[in-house]
Amino acid sequence: MKRTTVLVMVGAIVIFGISWVLKSMSLTSTTDHYIAKGFAITFAAFLTLCIFSFLYKDNPFYKFAEHLFVGVSAAFWMSMGFWSTIVGNLIPRVSETLSNYFKVPYHPESYNPFYFLPVFLGILLLLRLSRKVGWVSRWPLAFIVGTTAGFNFIRYLRSDFIEQVSATFVPLLVDWQGIGHFFSNLSLSSTGQFVAMLSNWVIFFGVLCGIIYFFFSKEHKGVFGGASKIGIWILMITFGASFGYTVMGRISLLVGRITFLFKDWLSLIS
Amino acid sequence: MALYKWFFVLGFIFCLCGMATAQESGVPPDSANIDTISQSIPPPAPVTDLQAFDTRNDHGHSITLKWKKSADDGAGNNSVIGYEIYTWEPNMVDSMAQLRSEIDQVRAAIYGGKKTGEDLKKKIRTLKDQYDILLEQLTVAHAGYPEGGEWRLVDKVPAGTETYVHLGSKEKLAEGYIPDYTDLYYRVDALTADSVVKTPSVVVGPVQCYGQWFNTEQVPVLITVILFGVLILYFVMLARKGKEIYVRPIGGIEAVDDAIGRATEMGKPILYVLGLGSVSDVATIAAFTILQRVAKKVAEYQTDLIVPTYDPIVMSVAQDVVKSAYYDAGRADTYKEDSVFFVTQSQFAYVAAVNGIMLRDLPATNVYMGKFYAESLLLAETGALAGSIQISGTDEIAQMPFFIVACDYTLIGEELYAASAYLGREPILLGSLKAQDYAKAAIIILSILGIIATVLGFTWFTEFFHVTS
Repeated sequence: MKRTTVLVMVGAIVIFGISWVLKSMSLTSTTDHYIAKGFAITFAAFLTLCIFSFLYKDNPFYKFAEHLFVGVSAAFWMSMGFWSTIVGNLIPRVSETLSNYFKVPYHPESYNPFYFLPVFLGILLLLRLSRKVGWVSRWPLAFIVGTTAGFNFIRYLRSDFIEQVSATFVPLLVDWQGIGHFFSNLSLSSTGQFVAMLSNWVIFFGVLCGIIYFFFSKEHKGVFGGASKIGIWILMITFGASFGYTVMGRISLLVGRITFLFKDWLSLIS
Repeated sequence: MALYKWFFVLGFIFCLCGMATAQESGVPPDSANIDTISQSIPPPAPVTDLQAFDTRNDHGHSITLKWKKSADDGAGNNSVIGYEIYTWEPNMVDSMAQLRSEIDQVRAAIYGGKKTGEDLKKKIRTLKDQYDILLEQLTVAHAGYPEGGEWRLVDKVPAGTETYVHLGSKEKLAEGYIPDYTDLYYRVDALTADSVVKTPSVVVGPVQCYGQWFNTEQVPVLITVILFGVLILYFVMLARKGKEIYVRPIGGIEAVDDAIGRATEMGKPILYVLGLGSVSDVATIAAFTILQRVAKKVAEYQTDLIVPTYDPIVMSVAQDVVKSAYYDAGRADTYKEDSVFFVTQSQFAYVAAVNGIMLRDLPATNVYMGKFYAESLLLAETGALAGSIQISGTDEIAQMPFFIVACDYTLIGEELYAASAYLGREPILLGSLKAQDYAKAAIIILSILGIIATVLGFTWFTEFFHVTS
């Protein structure tokens, strides 16, 4: 390990220690467990800064935070899977003895022999650990993929096909009372006739050209190719708008983190 | 492509302008139309044409009410502020409510874990038996209207309302349980600001609720499924007979081979990220097909492949896919079990781990295929910083902009599914791709017909496509 790295790490540990002491002292009047609370806040701030250090480049602090995060979360989700799914959902419905063992309330009226089906499929999945009968583990996978594909087929057909078709049934002439009336009342108001008609025309042609772009079994040439190009332009404009909208959301996450550092940790803002 | 990017920027600017305009043009909330309560409000006119009927296309236990609003609702004296829905119930429902309460108390004692002895279980069984006896008598009691019962308030609705669905529970032990095939009676009272002054409607009934075998609202879905199924079968058969089905070139997929070649020349690995989807997501299934192609090429070129996974079941499938690709390439001996591995099921911990791999192993190519959420830009931006060639594909509309910005090639939405057919050239995939194109043509035709129908006022056509779940 380089001398500079050692010095930086020692410096970080010293700063952490000082911060812990100062934070704990500032909490003495507000909480009984001020040393533990001070440690928790300082450690959270330290990990936040470790993750932010990735903006500079990969470094031991980031590695530490990354490995801690991955290890803790992997263990957490495994533990959650066992306690919420097996102990929380399955056992209370199938076994009183095991319910008493795990000290969870037994629900005899919820008993259903079908609950053993996922248990059986789960056991089959675990058989992949065996070289001899590992192939059996493909059965539950096929079951999962097949059943969910069937469910999703109907769901997507309704939401992404029929309802989308229905949503394009928009009048291209809104409140039409002749050309003279249209031009004499021309207004750019968002609730006006012109904007309503314009948005309906955009919806109609946008959908039309967008769908043409996603034709795969026909060459995109001539008029078809032109419509396809307009389709991808419309998609790009939509993506640009979506990008801007999401970036605003991400900024609010950053503000949340910075607020934690300056308010909870450094107490610079009230 | 440069022109597309200008449109992207244009869209971004539109969005920002839209946000600014929205903030500037904040409309103040409507001022509440508060009427002063008159000291002597005359009784309002009752609702008319009250009808009660079984709610269609449901599992039963629900009655729909329709009426014409009171003459004093929005007109006349304008004194109606809302309506009260009443149903007639026999007095025995009080005994049933009492039993339900006792059952709940015993249950709480059992679930509380304080006492799980046989006495409580016996007690709950006895209570349930008593409840079942009352339940059997309920239909007879309802038939005895108007003797031995009273009107009970179901709900209140605001003025202007002309329809109400009395949605009951199908659970016999639930408070709002409405029995099927039982005579039910309803009335609707027009309310005024003075709680004493209200006018009841005529009583409607008897009406019974029951479940339907078929949800006729879903007929368009059934027709679409049948037509689409026939189309797929037809084109699959054509493809199997050897008919050439053209699939237009897809830029991102064409680049995969070049990217693998680049990785081989540089002696660096290829990182394949399957996203956060589960094995049942269509995007993940399509990503497996592309993974198979990539793994086969990787095996042929003797390049390293890294596949960190988020979901344990996705990991199992990915391992099988990669293993079979190595077998197909005749390089089973070079397959490494560790090339496909599980990281964690926490979204951002997974991102942190994959970002670490990108910066430490410096893969020549990063391939992101599947379902992605907020992590898309974090991954793609880190990959771009690491100098990798990046190819992405997802059907998550919200994440596509980030991939388009940070990756060299992006498969947009359905291109990801088409890529499977393009690479695999299997008759089933090619046939379904062709059928999908026909389905898209159908969308275009139906949209045009729908617009014509809207203009001409043919509402039956547009209503046919209104599907409720």
